[in-house]
Amino acid sequence: MARDLTRRRSWSSDVAVTPFQRFLDEQRDAVWRFLVAAVGRQDADDLFQETFLAAMRAYPRTTIDNPRAWALTIAHRKALDHHRARARRPVPVAAVPDAGALDGHAVLEEPTWEAVRALPPKQRACVLLRYAGDLAHAEVAAALGISEEAARRNVSDGLRRLRGEVER
Amino acid sequence: MRLPELPVDGAAEAAARFAQVADPDVAYTLEDSPVGRLLLAGTRRGLVRVAYAEFEGGEDAVTEDLARRISPRVLRAPARLDEARRELEEFFAGRRRAFDLPLDWSLTRGFGRRVLQATARIPFGQTGTYASVAAGAGSPRAVRAAGTALGRNPLPIVVPCHRVLRTGGALGGYTGGLERKRTLLAVEGVPLP
Repeated sequence: MARDLTRRRSWSSDVAVTPFQRFLDEQRDAVWRFLVAAVGRQDADDLFQETFLAAMRAYPRTTIDNPRAWALTIAHRKALDHHRARARRPVPVAAVPDAGALDGHAVLEEPTWEAVRALPPKQRACVLLRYAGDLAHAEVAAALGISEEAARRNVSDGLRRLRGEVER
Repeated sequence: MRLPELPVDGAAEAAARFAQVADPDVAYTLEDSPVGRLLLAGTRRGLVRVAYAEFEGGEDAVTEDLARRISPRVLRAPARLDEARRELEEFFAGRRRAFDLPLDWSLTRGFGRRVLQATARIPFGQTGTYASVAAGAGSPRAVRAAGTALGRNPLPIVVPCHRVLRTGGALGGYTGGLERKRTLLAVEGVPLP
């Protein structure tokens, strides 16, 4: 069973409380990179706002064991909602200009992150958290509520599928 | 297998936009002033903290204290402190004799709060004594305790503890060091001992 890395440490009055600003300063780059990989630069900003608004609402009075895993767990949920919403109302591809070309960051839209986004949901989530979020397999497992073994398997299945697509 | 590098440019701008939309329990900003760098913090009720940043351990120490004593949802959100910043600027420019800001007294309690509220009634350009604010707080003999309460003033400048001197006119102490007390009294045109 995966250890819950987002668990709160037992309360004690002399435990230093981390002001939310410091949490934001420390996690903002990881969350940003993860979201650019997960949804593309165009939509990353909106999801960044939603991620930190949700984090601030849930922000505990106690120390978080693994703040990066906690932040990325929330970002992952926002990305998942985003993918689901898109799946419900598909847009004709031809009508939408390429996000990368639009904001002049074509380099971000290299085929591989696009390909990651096209993976089946479990593999996509695992590959994104592992490589864009730079979480260890155990942390990926905790973020998704699955076993470490399942996280490992989803990552390797995802990579295998990507290799196939990339080399095709 | 290698996936493309991911950028961090854009993260700072996204965080800045977050500060504009978020509504933290405690908003703060850092401002330069003639008495050094000030950290101003406010809750939804009003200004809750004015801290001499260098004197009190810097941004980290002051925001940690706010996180512990008020709420961990402490965010640098300067727009919420616009009014405080403007009134302080006017004060230092000699264009303001009284602050009209709503204050949040929640970092004070009991006798300490009464001492500070008595201090807040000393008009611009005038001075009181430790004995007079102790009396104003309802305990004329608690002079030493009044001094302690003034030393813990969470709202210096705005709650003008710099106007409290020793009986006989000696400067006494100050939360931000005596040099700052002298500067503030000079702003108000009070002759120094």
